Amino acid sequence: MSGSLAGGPLGSGDLLSLRASGPPRSGRRYDRSAFRSTLVAFGSTIVFFGLIGWVVVHAPNWPEVQRSFLDGAVWAQSVPDIVPAFLVNVQLFCIAEVLILVLALVLAVLRSLPGPVLFPLRLLATVYADVFRAVPGVLIIYLLGFGIPGLQIAGIPTDPFVYAVIALTLVYSAYVSEVYRAGIQSVHPSQEAAARSLGLTQFQALRYVVLPQAVRRVIPPLLNDFIGLQKDTVLVSYIGVIEIFRQSQIDQQAAFNYTPYLVTALVFLVITIPLARLVDVMIARDRRRFLAGTR
Amino acid sequence: MSRTTGSRGVGTTAGPSGQAPAGSGNGQARALRVEGVWKSFGATPVLRGIDLELAEHDVVCLIGASGSGKSTLLRCINLLEPLDSGRVFLEGEEITAPTADVNRVRRRIGIVFQSFNLFPHMSVLANVTLAPCKVLGMSQREAGERAVGLLDRFGLADKRDDFPDRLSGGQQQRVAIVRALAMEPDLLLLDEITSALDPELVAEVLNVIRELARGGMTMLIATHEMGFARDIATRVCFLDAGVILEQGPAAEIFSRPREARTQQFLQRIVEAGRL
Repeated sequence: MSGSLAGGPLGSGDLLSLRASGPPRSGRRYDRSAFRSTLVAFGSTIVFFGLIGWVVVHAPNWPEVQRSFLDGAVWAQSVPDIVPAFLVNVQLFCIAEVLILVLALVLAVLRSLPGPVLFPLRLLATVYADVFRAVPGVLIIYLLGFGIPGLQIAGIPTDPFVYAVIALTLVYSAYVSEVYRAGIQSVHPSQEAAARSLGLTQFQALRYVVLPQAVRRVIPPLLNDFIGLQKDTVLVSYIGVIEIFRQSQIDQQAAFNYTPYLVTALVFLVITIPLARLVDVMIARDRRRFLAGTR
Repeated sequence: MSRTTGSRGVGTTAGPSGQAPAGSGNGQARALRVEGVWKSFGATPVLRGIDLELAEHDVVCLIGASGSGKSTLLRCINLLEPLDSGRVFLEGEEITAPTADVNRVRRRIGIVFQSFNLFPHMSVLANVTLAPCKVLGMSQREAGERAVGLLDRFGLADKRDDFPDRLSGGQQQRVAIVRALAMEPDLLLLDEITSALDPELVAEVLNVIRELARGGMTMLIATHEMGFARDIATRVCFLDAGVILEQGPAAEIFSRPREARTQQFLQRIVEAGRL
C-alpha cells in the first residue's frame, strides 16, 4: 500500500503512510524514507528561494536597487563606522535590560499581592502597565529625552543616553511585568499552599517557591522581549544618541547610498539569531522537568 | 495514652513542658479540637457544623464519599481555608482566633496532599530542608542532617539529590511526608495521600503512615483506603454532606454501622471490592 505512494516526486506521502499503516517497518526502510524526505526538503528549499531570487533579480529596476543597496565600496567604508556604533546599542540594551528585569519583577509582584489593604499598590502597578503599554515607545523617548532636560533643573543629566536608558526601561518594564505576572499565575496554587502549610510566610512562599518556578517558565518570552529591546534601541537615535542606526543614516547621507542600512540589518541578524536559538534550546531543556513536576 | 508532655490542654495548669495531670479533661490531652465549623464555597455549603476531638497519639480516619467535605475540613484545620464560623484549638490554644499567628500555627501542623505538591525546581533534600531553614531558622547543616536522617528512615537516602520528576509517585509522596515531618509537627493531616498513586505504589506509602502511627504521631487522615483505615485508626469518622454522621472505633463502624447512610456507603465500598 505505502509502496505505491512512495515513488512520487514529493514523496512525503511515504512518511505519512508509514505512520498510518499497520505492520512495523524495518530500520533500513525507515532510514531510506527519512533520507528521501531530507532530500526533498533540501530540493524544495532551493526551488522556493531560487524562484524568489529570480523574480527579484529580473525585476525591471533591479540594477538601480542593486547599486543603491549593495554597493561594495560603500559597504567597505561603512562597516568600520557602523560596527563600533553598535557598541552604544549594546550598552543601551545591557544596562536597560538589567533595570527592566528588576523593575518589572517589582511591578509584577505588586500586582500579585492579595488583600484589600494593598489595593493602592496593585492599582499603581496596573495603571503603570496600562499607560506605558498604551503610549508608543518612541513618544516616551521624545517626551523624556527632550522634556526632562528642557526643564533645566540644575544638576540633572543632559546626556541623551541617560534618557534613552530611562525611556526604554519604563516602556519595556510594562511589557516584561506582564510576562512575569503570567509566569506567577502559571504556578499552580497548590505550590503556594504547600509552602504556606509548612509555615513559610506569604513573602517566603513567593520568594522561594513561586518566583523561581515562574521566572524559569518565562525565560523564553523574556528573551523574546530582550530581542525586541535590542531592536528598539535604534529608536533613541531620535533624541540624538549616535548609535548604529543614526550612524548608518550619517553614512547613507554621506554616500547617497543605502548600503549602510543593509550593514545595520545584518549586524542585528548576527546578534539576534543566536539568541533565538538559545531560547529554543532552553525551552527544550526545561520543558521535561516542569511538565513532570507540576502534575 | 496520656503522656502529655508539652500539652497546653484545656483545663490543665501545667506549664509548656510540665507533665499534665493524667486526670485532666477527659483523661487525655486534646491535641486538636474542632468546634462547630461551617464552611461554604459561594452558595455551596461544604462543612455544616463539624465537631471533632483528637487526643495525643490518636489516629483518626475521615471516610466518606467524594465531596463530603474531608479535604475541606483538613484545609480548614490547617487554616489554608478561612472558616465561616466555628473554632479550632490546637493543644488548647485557639488557632482560629484573630490574634493567632497563622505562620506559627502551620509550623505545628503538617499536611500531606493528594497530589504531593513537591517543589519541582528543588532537589529532594532542598524540598525537605527549605522550611526548617527558612521558618525555624536552622542552619543548612543542621536541617540537612535532620533531613538525611528522615530520608534514610523512609528508604529515600539515595534520592536526596534527585529532582522530584525523577521519582516514582510513591517516592514523591514519601518525600512529601518527610518534608512535613522535618518540621516536627504536633499534628499531621493526610489528605487522600494514596489516591493519585498507581495501585502497586500504595503500600509503600501506607507503611510509612503505619510506622508513624506506631511512633505515636497524632494524625487526621482523609482516606478511601478502608482496609488501611480499619487497621490503623483509633477512631473512624464518617462524613456525609458536611457533617460527621457517625464515629467510633474502626471495628464498630465497619462491622456494625448504625446510620443508614454509613451502611449504604460501606455497602458500595464492599461492592467495589475495596473492603
